[in-house]
Amino acid sequence: MMINKSIKTSGGDTACYILELQKISKSFGLVEANKNIDLQIEAGTIHGIIGENGAGKSTLMNILYGLHRANSGEMLVNGARVKIKSSADALSLGIGMVHQHFMLIPRFTVLENVMLGSEGGALLSKGRISTANKLKELGQTFDMEVDPYVLVSDLNVGMRQRVEILKALKGGAKILILDEPTGVLTPQEATQLFEILDKLRENGVTVLLITHKLAEIMAITDNVSIMRGGEMVGHRKTSDTNPQELAELMVGRKVLLNVEKPKAKPKEIALNVRNLGCYSSRGHKVLDNLTFQVKSGEILGVAGVSGNGQTPLMEILAGMRKPDEGYFEILGKKIDHETKVSPFTMRENAIGHIPEDRHKHGLILGFEAYENMVLGFHNTEMTGEKKLLDKNHMLKHTADRMDEYDIRPRNPKLLASSFSGGNQQKIVVARELYKNPKLLIVGEPTRGVDVGAIEFIHKQLIQLRDQGCAIILISVELDEIMGLSDRILVMNKGQEVSTVNGDDANPKDLGLMMAGISEEASN
Amino acid sequence: MIDFFYQTLWALDATLRVATPLMLCAMAGIFSERSGIVDISLEGKLLSGAFVAATIASLTGSVWLGLIGAISASVLMSLLHGFACITHRGDQVVSGVAINFLASGLTVILGIAIFKRGGQTPTLSSGERFRPIELWFVDALDNVPVIGAIYRELISGHSLLVYVALLCVPIASFILYKSRFGLRLRAVGESPIAVDSAGVSVTWLRYRALIVGGVFCGIAGAYLSISHGANFVREMSAGKGYIALAAVIFGNWRPIRAFWACLMFGFLDAITSRLQDIDLPLIGEVPAQLMSALPYIMTIILLSGFIGRPSPPSAIGVPYKK
Repeated sequence: MMINKSIKTSGGDTACYILELQKISKSFGLVEANKNIDLQIEAGTIHGIIGENGAGKSTLMNILYGLHRANSGEMLVNGARVKIKSSADALSLGIGMVHQHFMLIPRFTVLENVMLGSEGGALLSKGRISTANKLKELGQTFDMEVDPYVLVSDLNVGMRQRVEILKALKGGAKILILDEPTGVLTPQEATQLFEILDKLRENGVTVLLITHKLAEIMAITDNVSIMRGGEMVGHRKTSDTNPQELAELMVGRKVLLNVEKPKAKPKEIALNVRNLGCYSSRGHKVLDNLTFQVKSGEILGVAGVSGNGQTPLMEILAGMRKPDEGYFEILGKKIDHETKVSPFTMRENAIGHIPEDRHKHGLILGFEAYENMVLGFHNTEMTGEKKLLDKNHMLKHTADRMDEYDIRPRNPKLLASSFSGGNQQKIVVARELYKNPKLLIVGEPTRGVDVGAIEFIHKQLIQLRDQGCAIILISVELDEIMGLSDRILVMNKGQEVSTVNGDDANPKDLGLMMAGISEEASN
Repeated sequence: MIDFFYQTLWALDATLRVATPLMLCAMAGIFSERSGIVDISLEGKLLSGAFVAATIASLTGSVWLGLIGAISASVLMSLLHGFACITHRGDQVVSGVAINFLASGLTVILGIAIFKRGGQTPTLSSGERFRPIELWFVDALDNVPVIGAIYRELISGHSLLVYVALLCVPIASFILYKSRFGLRLRAVGESPIAVDSAGVSVTWLRYRALIVGGVFCGIAGAYLSISHGANFVREMSAGKGYIALAAVIFGNWRPIRAFWACLMFGFLDAITSRLQDIDLPLIGEVPAQLMSALPYIMTIILLSGFIGRPSPPSAIGVPYKK
């Protein structure tokens, strides 16, 4: 780290900025992630940075926190020019960060996690006591007390986030960067987080809030900067702007924030789930007595904080896992613990599956696009008439789908890993929809997908529904669930909390249900 | 009864001798694996340590120089492993196997070049080896029944390196769980990015873990050739590095548990060598080859599910890339 106070910056007014970035640029190979970024942050404010996935927000914050090194540009903290070469430099300048994917070690206690990096001596004994005391003090000041001796793996996501914030504060952070902090929270937890952020602001901490959610920017920030395609495209005082303006700045054109959806015309029952239950490998009950139905021509949304049984439910329906209890009927075909199933037989039952983790279950990233386009359909005409795989046929099939779904770049021979998130997802969607499934299981269809592609995928799902497909949609994004679903089933701890009509749903009630509080109880 | 008592004592005594290199290598394995580096190269480090120890002891006549040489050679191998898979993010298993091959070949070639005895080193005189140490009060305790015998036969009378190995276990445990270095070491094996974002260098931390492992393996190597044995014989490590790695897994990457696993392997080894020429009731005479294969067979049986699910460090085997 190098602080050079002798170099004065051009303007005399820089002193009131706690943090200033000048002409920051960063590229990864040929991709320019950040282009000439300027940013000024006033001390003691909450400053929002908004942009789509891939707009370069995280890269910029990682530069600020020393995880990446900028190719060019200057950084000033309290008016003094600084070089941040590592997180240690950032921490010593009072910059702390709460990452999107928490940097906590599940097998460690809260205390061990907080101590890591500033243990207060070669042996731990002394630091343990002082850190525990410090945690208690901070917890009281900011209203977020946490038991230092529990394992992080035993905490829920909201509490883990508190640990992250406490960790940064304990390191003496005066500038706190939060990267997409509400992505994993229930609406109630998000509200609590905002209360904490308010408290931080009152106590003189400057907060940088990175998000792609407009509502959050409007709710909590003082100022907002908008990024698009690696560039800073605007700065606004939050009180002087509105969501529509911000959305247009983010995307660069007028956008439909909600896809139009005609009324559903449900027909016969396509999926009938009865008393479904299953256990994790450690013997915990992860699905508990789940009963519901999905009709042809409707979308059933499954809402819930991630890790409340959605994943096992999807895996069972897709044939990747067997139910331990109960059964389900797909188009009249009964499947229970005894039935021999596999994803392959499920596909033969006219089921499409868009998995929630496309990198793990949807694509083989090291394979080329045309190979991914036929994955799981090797025995169908997608690979040609012959017994052996017909490469030319597959290439043509893929090129056709790429035209149909506007997948870019239009190169069937490109590795799946070379496509952007949105285009990768389109490959999966194109593959799964090609055989006109009667039942579609969709998990997190727009995770890590840009706004333009979200619009496209949502339209596809509605269209498919209107053609008479039954769709079960699992997503942690409440907006997505509410925008698309005709009925919404809310899950908590593997159980159904309640099922509500899509038109009657509102985020507040859904949030309460996601936390396990059913409607009757809350009334 | 008395006969059985002494038989047991001698078996345990032999167990300790055989388990010593296992313990040291297991502690080495725990350090590197807890830092996230797969350490299949324990075998190679052990072998090169053994060779250098015997060579230097034979050339200079000093056990201490032999020990220092062994440690240096083993640490050098560790650094090579680190250079390949920390600095250059190579595959840790491939790099480990390469080191094992390197050690296996290099020790024989250098051995032939220096001593011209087909890869062996000359037999060391007793001054050039670590000799058994008589502990205090052995004679005084001789008159106490049972305890006196246990003290004389089992506890006293080992070479210094056996006691060093026994000490290494609590020391390793202390470092891992009570020190700053240990906390960071465990953390880097679970989530290097968390360590990085806490402002601690992942690279340097992993190198240090490998160096500590190198020191332990070096001592183990010296034990083989200038304490337990009296010269270096080609391939004298004979899979002990792999057995130690199995002990690490049995021990769920915890020093004390791995220590017990080492003793178990040592015990198997000790009794098999005693049972080789004896007619066992019901079974008859067991072929010697089968008996010496027993520890390996046990390893396979135990590893295939008898010890419950091992929980390795989460980030093991994955090179860290920002």
